[in-house]
Amino acid sequence: MEWETVIGLEIHTQLATRSKIFSGAATRYGAAPNTQACAVDLGLPGVLPVLNAEAVRMAVKFGLATGCTIAPMSVFARKNYFYPDLPKGYQISQFELPIVHGGHIDILLEDGKSKRVGLTRAHLEEDAGKSLHEDFHGMTGIDLNRAGTPLLEIVSEPDMRSAAEAVAYMKKVHSLVRYLEICDGNMQEGSFRCDANVSVRPRGQSEFGTRTELKNINSFRFVERAINFEVERQIDVLEGGGKVIQETRLFDPDKNETRPMRSKEEANDYRYFPDPDLLPVELDAAFIETVRGTLPELPDAKQQRFMADYELSAYDAGALTASRELADYFEEAARVGGDGKLAANWVTGELAGLLNREGLEITASPVSATSLGGLLLRIRDNTLSGKLAKQVFEDMCSGAGEADAIIEQKGLKQITDTGAIEKIIQDVLDASPKQIEQYRAGQEKLFGYFVGQVMKATQGKANPAQVNELLKKRLAGD
Amino acid sequence: MHRKTLRELADGLRAKAFSSVELTQAFLDRIQAHDERINSFITVTAEPALEAARAADARRAAGEDGPLLGLPFAHKDIFCTEGVKTSCGSRMLDNFIAPYDATVTAKLKAAGAVMLGKTNMDEFAMGSSNETSYYGPVRNPWDLDTVPGGSSGGSAAAVAARLAPAATGTDTGGSIRQPAALCGLTGLKPTYGAVSRYGMIAFASSLDQAGPMTQSAEDAALMLGVMAGFDPRDSTSVERPLEDYCAGLGNALQGLRIGLPREYFGEGLDGTVAKVIETAIGEYRKLGAEVVDISLPNSHLAVPAYYVVAPAECSSNLSRFDGVRFGHRCENPHDLQDLYVRSRGEGFGAEVKRRIMIGTYALSSGYYDAYYLKAQQVRRLIREDFLKAFEQVDVIMGPTAPGTAFRLGEKSDPVSMYLSDIYTIATNLAGLPGMSIPAGFVNGLPVGLQLIGNYFAEGRLLNAAHQYQQVTDWHRRLPGGF
Repeated sequence: MEWETVIGLEIHTQLATRSKIFSGAATRYGAAPNTQACAVDLGLPGVLPVLNAEAVRMAVKFGLATGCTIAPMSVFARKNYFYPDLPKGYQISQFELPIVHGGHIDILLEDGKSKRVGLTRAHLEEDAGKSLHEDFHGMTGIDLNRAGTPLLEIVSEPDMRSAAEAVAYMKKVHSLVRYLEICDGNMQEGSFRCDANVSVRPRGQSEFGTRTELKNINSFRFVERAINFEVERQIDVLEGGGKVIQETRLFDPDKNETRPMRSKEEANDYRYFPDPDLLPVELDAAFIETVRGTLPELPDAKQQRFMADYELSAYDAGALTASRELADYFEEAARVGGDGKLAANWVTGELAGLLNREGLEITASPVSATSLGGLLLRIRDNTLSGKLAKQVFEDMCSGAGEADAIIEQKGLKQITDTGAIEKIIQDVLDASPKQIEQYRAGQEKLFGYFVGQVMKATQGKANPAQVNELLKKRLAGD
Repeated sequence: MHRKTLRELADGLRAKAFSSVELTQAFLDRIQAHDERINSFITVTAEPALEAARAADARRAAGEDGPLLGLPFAHKDIFCTEGVKTSCGSRMLDNFIAPYDATVTAKLKAAGAVMLGKTNMDEFAMGSSNETSYYGPVRNPWDLDTVPGGSSGGSAAAVAARLAPAATGTDTGGSIRQPAALCGLTGLKPTYGAVSRYGMIAFASSLDQAGPMTQSAEDAALMLGVMAGFDPRDSTSVERPLEDYCAGLGNALQGLRIGLPREYFGEGLDGTVAKVIETAIGEYRKLGAEVVDISLPNSHLAVPAYYVVAPAECSSNLSRFDGVRFGHRCENPHDLQDLYVRSRGEGFGAEVKRRIMIGTYALSSGYYDAYYLKAQQVRRLIREDFLKAFEQVDVIMGPTAPGTAFRLGEKSDPVSMYLSDIYTIATNLAGLPGMSIPAGFVNGLPVGLQLIGNYFAEGRLLNAAHQYQQVTDWHRRLPGGF
């Protein structure tokens, strides 16, 4: 039987507010345990939550960027359960009335087609603290620094049909929240986390199969591996005549498998009810418009503009807009260098290769966008051949300075003076009477030999196009 | 000195008839001498009180004045007070020293009020007799075999016995007004949102309000002036201009329209109490008020709705008492489940457990719509009843409680206990201000008249109460032996 995979993702993004969602404590990562937890975060008797307006603004920004409906009134609810790192015995979240709902995100598939993934909702909630099981000799340490950190939980429709689509969606959301500057996207620090709901069904069947929820998949690579494992497992179960049990499963990246969580860790009845300590969040049109005014150019719009303004392919424009930083880099290089296509080739080619090799982010590039633009200028005015330019770029990478300085210092300027090139051609031809004879006898591939000799004589500095043209003329004319 | 109201004591301080230190010492001496009999204090903070009194005297000597500067108070042990045990009447918090001040107590402290100590209360404010306290029952100074009411029973008994000239209380379903009635005091539950809840240990967040428990309406006005006001730390507190609650006290009541809800005078009301209330209404007539019969048709739904909403909220509010970060923790827990089960099992008393279970049930999936949601709908109906009534009348009056103080142990059945708040609960569900003032006695025990006003009509309630207290002296009577 042929099986179809159905995937929906729940992505938790930590909002990049300076203070927590319901208290004034800082949200900085990596502080000593329990140094960023105030009375409210500790859930001391009598304390009350006060909503951080910045978190609301960020959630609305996300909603506007994804075509969501912004709820004129949303409500915070309590999700009740006991856990030592959940100080109040309930998490303040949104249940029936989330702040935004009903948008979509477009992803680019491997075959070049675009696919629309629906967003069910995105809601605001507070993060819990952390339980530290190591270093306490059979006991558990509790660090409440993270407790109360604002999260936006982005819930997709079950619209994805493969692990690759899920990864493309997750990458797109990741890119978007960073464009919007509402999340730092740091997956190692847990700022961007993902749970996946996965099921399979016989192709052609309209009802969904029984799903499992995969937790703890916090990298693009793990999402793909976890889903692929789980899909195979479910197919094995079904083909073996069994039934998939609806359950929460934990992905173990070391063993590359998913396994059921112990029943104790499983969700029970959360007894949601509206939090009486917080008023409903009421947003008027004026507020929403103010937030809309702060939206940056979004990836999809930027991609379209790159295609129109710089005559880039959809693929290149897509690659260059994958992150706001990369897009900004490209645009600066294109502006200084005066040629978008050339800039695109260099950014997606040489520069991307370098960053990949060195494992660097674009923001840590050893060559600045302005410097790369300077190099492009010298290519465009024929100072540098493509080959020389790569040489100069390598020097720039190792910190030798700007392109012009390197060209000056190393005397790498391309020879474009026709007279000078003709003289060198003459020298080469004078030294190669035998080859001329063979060439004229019909061995036209010897043309390359003459070019090579000229380039060798100029240490590669002669303008190749000119060399070609002049050589052809000379060999034909004599 | 102990026979004076806050207002009279403030005048005495201004006239230098006595100092705050002398005043404070006098009340500390009274606590020492009399509290053994009534058990109204959980903690007495004698040294810090005298220190605060010295500071108040210094401020006055430096030329400062203020309505509460140098006056002693008792605080219900539900308010967090920095550096002082804050038990909420529970074993769970017997070891809890609050690291911060509640907004209410901080405001009173800043105004130069002197805290004498923390008063006894029903555990986590759940009770109407002060019998659920971990620290033992409080006795009513008017008859030591009877209860003072609850949950602010310690505050009520302390003021009734004049161990403090006034006290703070909190009211979730009648916890200020019912004990005020049973102890012969003036008690005011303000409009929901008028007084900050920050630092007040939550019972039912959508119903809880702090308020004054005093000897007179004028004292209540003085205290409320300091306690009320917007607090950015409480999202449910209401931002509005500060009010001088004393300003309108002297207004005549000519033309005041008083509504008597027929549902508050029906079955369940003690006949002798009804007579006292009718006499009090007669006084209002003499003061020029007009009396109108009204109906609050959904009154009978108030108690059932309350006993869904309040336990539901408390079941969640009390989840933080888990033995992990503060409060009671069982000995040698062998795993997490054991830590939770024994810490909470040992830390909470029977009534608290009962309400946690009721609330957990009411919020459970499958029951939520039938209980919690239905109760919220009833709340709207009750609110609409009141709003309709206030189109016709200015103040609603009736009995505060169906009877006078009952004997300790008399109401062992929870439901009969719950019915002692039958007339007070609806105002909490609607968020309206309510007041109880002494209106007479039955067999030597005080009877309270309840006044209910429209939203933020505390000024009008205080005015009506004050005018009544100008022509009666019920509020000036003291129990024998104190």
